[in-house]
Amino acid sequence: MAAILCRFGEIFLKGGNRGRFERALADNVRTAVGGLPDARVSTPHGRVLVTLRDADLEEGCDRVGRVFGLVSYSPTITVPTEMAAITAAALAGARAALARDPACARSFRIEARRSDKRFPLSSPEIGREVGGRIAQATGVPVDLENPALTIGVEIGLEAAYVYSETRPGPGGLPVGISGRGLLLLSGGIDSPVAGWLAAKRGLALDALYFHSPPFVGEKSRDKVVALARELARWQAVRSLHVAPFTDCQKRVREAGPAELAVVLYRRMMMRVADLVAERVGASSLVTGENLGQVASQTVPNMTVIEQAARRLVLRPLVTYDKMETTALARRIGTFDTSALPYDDCCSLFVPAHPATAARLVDAERAEQRLDVAAEAAAVAGAAEEIRL
Amino acid sequence: MVYLDNAASTLPAPEVREALARALLELPANPASAHGAGAAAARALETARAEVAGLLRGGPAELVFTSGGTEADALGVLGAAGAARGRHLVVTAIEHPAVLRNAERLAARGFTLTVVPPSGSGCVSAERVLAAVGPETAVVAVMLVNNELGTVQPVAEIARGLRAAGRKAHLHVDAVQAAGVLPIDARALGADSIAISAHKLHGPKGAGALWVRPGARLDPLWDGGRQERGHRSGTENVPAFVAFGRAAVLCRAGQAGEAIAARRDELEARVWEAVPQARPTVAGSPRAPHIASVLLPDLPAEPILHALEARGVFASAGSACASRTRGPSHVLAALGIDDRAAVLRFSLSRLTTSDEVAAAATALREAVEEIRPMARQARGRR
Repeated sequence: MAAILCRFGEIFLKGGNRGRFERALADNVRTAVGGLPDARVSTPHGRVLVTLRDADLEEGCDRVGRVFGLVSYSPTITVPTEMAAITAAALAGARAALARDPACARSFRIEARRSDKRFPLSSPEIGREVGGRIAQATGVPVDLENPALTIGVEIGLEAAYVYSETRPGPGGLPVGISGRGLLLLSGGIDSPVAGWLAAKRGLALDALYFHSPPFVGEKSRDKVVALARELARWQAVRSLHVAPFTDCQKRVREAGPAELAVVLYRRMMMRVADLVAERVGASSLVTGENLGQVASQTVPNMTVIEQAARRLVLRPLVTYDKMETTALARRIGTFDTSALPYDDCCSLFVPAHPATAARLVDAERAEQRLDVAAEAAAVAGAAEEIRL
Repeated sequence: MVYLDNAASTLPAPEVREALARALLELPANPASAHGAGAAAARALETARAEVAGLLRGGPAELVFTSGGTEADALGVLGAAGAARGRHLVVTAIEHPAVLRNAERLAARGFTLTVVPPSGSGCVSAERVLAAVGPETAVVAVMLVNNELGTVQPVAEIARGLRAAGRKAHLHVDAVQAAGVLPIDARALGADSIAISAHKLHGPKGAGALWVRPGARLDPLWDGGRQERGHRSGTENVPAFVAFGRAAVLCRAGQAGEAIAARRDELEARVWEAVPQARPTVAGSPRAPHIASVLLPDLPAEPILHALEARGVFASAGSACASRTRGPSHVLAALGIDDRAAVLRFSLSRLTTSDEVAAAATALREAVEEIRPMARQARGRR
């Protein structure tokens, strides 16, 4: 059997939240490797350990690498807790690492960790013994301070785990630990990244997309579904709600001056989002809004928009530069889909000179011509749910 | 469904579907194989080759099958440039990306590229093209029918001018939008290579052809088993080419150009009547029969298209600024068309009926009425 040794930050090991944190993390790792035959997840000695078939090791690593809360993980060889087996596995791991990256020949060290104190050798003794054998067999010198290669040996209760590679995890907090939010997802570059960042801080999400046929076509909707699926690979999003916005949007557009249209649309979206959030049990709203990215994204406008929402509005990207957001979108795998040329309802019909300092009184005056509560209820009520 | 997007792709004719299915079933062998099943596939392939070549009044030995129009264009442009000594290219600004982007690739590899702009009527002038050609010119690429506007380019005149001036340049002609709706005589046209595509003439996707003048030199795009007389390595897509042959024969039998043109004129007359602010995107140039390009000032193209779709009418946009992300059409930009206007392309086929064009005009009027209130003052988008 192969195994993946997953590590979480020391900082979370302290305090009363440790148990809750560990359970959520193990559950999420379990969800991630779900469907891989014979995959099992346990939490021995301050680690999350995934045991799985040898053939599934890379696939398992790919999935585990998308679990928030993990600081790093290592694909691992599982051996009996005997020095001969451990040394042989460590030597095989060292040779594999040297083949992978010849620069490893500069130096190495053994990082031993003994959870089973009944094991006859102490951690430093394990290191000396295994390290000596590898140095002898490969000719690579030991360097405890600044090694090019680190070989890990962890002695658990049931088995020993040997690894020669440590990959960074996504960090953050386990999804769900911070409650549930509703992500306002469009087809653009920003909102999927905003959702990813919120999930990274432990927020489990559902997503809401405003669909405005015929102003946008089916491909715009398909694109948002694809983005939601991409986020679901991070366990960030559970379901996507597609809300038909056209009729409401037309009436909102008629109700106020053109330059206020964007603010009025977004205020209506906030009301709909509150209703959908109520339904899915979300206590906050997450948007891809950014300060100053387009003319209408100003502090006064955001203030007026936010006042239509009853829930806390989180804007993870508010201070990001477009380049930073784009780089992150590429890293998390949403960029290529976001870059498809299909518009969302926000990017069409943006007036030439949108208001940059909308006033609440003006928005409310326009909205007096509408039954905003009924409009929002109609849109939210007609939303179609797609389970991801 | 009123399908007026035939310049994007046509509906495969029933005979074509049948030929494709039958060839898949009955011609499973590799045409290069020595046995009888291979021979059957090879015979079918050669019949198809003669049929498709016949569409261009060419001989079967002059036809190279490809995976489609884009590959045929790439082979014509890159292949001729690779085989030539000269390091200069001339293309028109309104070529399809299949020509334009491959010419730009050559430019990135050291070729000099001259891009000839069109006049406001959507045509390049033969004189301007010829004036750009010199002794160093390896390839001149001019499309026969522009895919966005339907305008016919003066290819024969350019060919005559090249000969008269004694130029050695290879004249590549993208005839993807012309084949099937305009009669083409490859020799009379005077081209060195002509690219066509099956799915634009009621054939299957994934099949195209390059007619190559005997004696014209082309480097293959890649090497391998040297099928297609070495021009195009790779086992031939026999079923698709057999179906392509079928489609070509149907086109020739149909001689549909005039009927399609009459239908297009009917569509345009109805559109000008139903939507007073609509006007032709270009005027004053010779046109292929199947494309009507309609300009609607101060409207976004894409919502109009979707509003048409909601009424069962399928068309395409060619707006200079159809959407923020899609970027401007290089053709409309080259013509200096106002980027706040919607440019819609309705493209017909021999299957288009009078009722359909009437329905399309009505749907367009309704679509404009639906979108206009939303689009009011929504202009100058960045």
